[in-house]
Amino acid sequence: MSAAKRPPLPVILLANDLLDGEVVFRSDKGWSRDPGEALIAFDDEAAVALEQAGQRAYANNEVVEVALVDVSLTGDGKPVPNHFRERFKVNGPTVRLDLGKQAVYGRR
Amino acid sequence: MYRYDEFDERFVRERVEQFRDEVARRLDGSLTEDEFRPLRLKNGLYLQLHAYMLRIAIPYGTLSSRQLRQLALIADRYDRGYGHFTTRQNIQFNWPKLRDAPDILGLLADVEMHCIQTSGNCIRNVTADHFAGVAADEIDDPRPVCELIRQWSSAHPEFSYLPRKFKIAVTGALHDRAVVKAHDIGLRMVRDRETSAKGFEVIVGGGLGRTPFVGKVIRDFLPEDELLAYLEAIMRVYNLEGRRDNKYKARVKILVHEIGVEAFREKVEAEYARLDVASINPDPAEVERIAAYFAPPAYEKLPAQSTALDAAMKLNPAFAEWVEINGFEHKAPGYVAVTVSLKGIGEVPGDMTSDQMRHFADLTDRFSLGELRVSHNQNLILPDVKKKDLFPLWQELGKFGLATANVGLITDIIACPGLDYCSLATARSIPIAQAIATRFADPVRQRDIGPLNLNISGCINACGHHHVGHIGILGLEKRGQESYQITLGGDSSEDAAIGDVIGPGLTGDAVPGAIERLVAIYLQERREGEPFIATVKRIGQAPFKAAFQHYVEGLRDHAA
Repeated sequence: MSAAKRPPLPVILLANDLLDGEVVFRSDKGWSRDPGEALIAFDDEAAVALEQAGQRAYANNEVVEVALVDVSLTGDGKPVPNHFRERFKVNGPTVRLDLGKQAVYGRR
Repeated sequence: MYRYDEFDERFVRERVEQFRDEVARRLDGSLTEDEFRPLRLKNGLYLQLHAYMLRIAIPYGTLSSRQLRQLALIADRYDRGYGHFTTRQNIQFNWPKLRDAPDILGLLADVEMHCIQTSGNCIRNVTADHFAGVAADEIDDPRPVCELIRQWSSAHPEFSYLPRKFKIAVTGALHDRAVVKAHDIGLRMVRDRETSAKGFEVIVGGGLGRTPFVGKVIRDFLPEDELLAYLEAIMRVYNLEGRRDNKYKARVKILVHEIGVEAFREKVEAEYARLDVASINPDPAEVERIAAYFAPPAYEKLPAQSTALDAAMKLNPAFAEWVEINGFEHKAPGYVAVTVSLKGIGEVPGDMTSDQMRHFADLTDRFSLGELRVSHNQNLILPDVKKKDLFPLWQELGKFGLATANVGLITDIIACPGLDYCSLATARSIPIAQAIATRFADPVRQRDIGPLNLNISGCINACGHHHVGHIGILGLEKRGQESYQITLGGDSSEDAAIGDVIGPGLTGDAVPGAIERLVAIYLQERREGEPFIATVKRIGQAPFKAAFQHYVEGLRDHAA
């Protein structure tokens, strides 16, 4: 992914776990299921590092559908995707609040 | 219903083991995602927004109670306790894990089910009139033909890598309840005017999606026993001439449109003349073997009217309403086909919990000879209910929230999963359906409005059949927001028509108000007994467009 194709900063890296399909986030401990643990890249260097980690994990058959996603930060510094599609992806179905991330980690 | 023979059984079991091996090779890294994706899709396993999704084939919408119980078991053991019935008469699970998929396929094989032909550029699972075999307006049960098409098309070596997916629908009735004119091939059973022999009107090139077309007739009458060879001729023309350079122009509808129906017909007839027809059309004994599985059950000789039913309807207006709205005329005296709505007000259209499935399976055994149907409208049908049993059936359905009396009314909304689940979607569908259903929840008002098909799709691919809804809603993205475009005048019946866009897109919260305005024009303009779509066709779009425009301007003024 060239810099031109990268979304605007800041960004996080999300993917789906290969084995069970669940949405996962690149964190400082590898892949996390908790959106609150997502590493946030504020500059190009950090975004490239995230991107490369994603490429490696894809090649290692850990994850699929890897994508950098541009975010805004909430008052407590947690990342929330700017686009509604990715907001649904990190929360879960808006018609079933008992399912998806929102049921475990809260809605954002 | 059809039962697997040893070949069907072996074929499905082998597919499960092949997929188990493919998953193992994916997990150990022998297969890359690019290599594995088409393999998992051939087994109905998609990757959606939140998780994998497994689409299970329900050929021509016919299910047994035993199969429904197995679906409930899978929902509980491997998913989140519910399933979603689709507009192609299939069922989807939204949360399966890749590691579990082979075991799920094994459980499906145990009850003669699979996920073959639910994805990929092959001939997809064939669909049919959900009242097949019981409808009073039927020439004959289309399901033996559907089963024949299923067997012929399953893993057909010549048609496994078509330019694009290919959908066939069949109806045996006068009234089209299978939307045959919006399929790649639609087959409408007809009788020859002179000999009254059974055959098919063959319709090609219908479809929805980004370029909607109503199908065109290429044969007025095709004798029944020539069907498979003629289908093969159509498939060969499409396979050879359908575009492969652009997936958006690869469906047969584009080919038919580009070369014209006359040229397409000529090519098919020329191909048909070349084919060794006898080697393709099935042995009559095999046709009879299949047909025997669909022989009508031994119906009891019952009076056409049931005094028990009449009495219960008099005593209980809510029950009477349900019978009138959800009941459907059966060909056997004293019986009725019942549509069980999966569109409870505020519920997700087409969703059913595992508890509901088990309860419903028990009711199917008790009241409808163990067989049920799935409709493309995302409801279930009990095809063979005795009129005298309707009251206890209704009471039992009510215990599990399945007695909503709204079939064919404005709250019986077709809606795709949309952006709540689907990775292709551009906007949500389900919350819009819920908001409209809630707005029009009053049963008296719904009945007053009468038959009205309202269909919602969350993207241009049109799984929610919005083009053929009397009112259609298409969810799009506009400047980073969900935006909803409204169409009017679509029709999924034998008078199939594609709706016209009536104005600019709206935000989701403005949609129910817009529907109110359209309904208000209808109520103002309708003649005695005239349903919504007939009024639209009679008075045209202009009054509706004007009311819509007025509504949109009001929204702008309000915002300013």
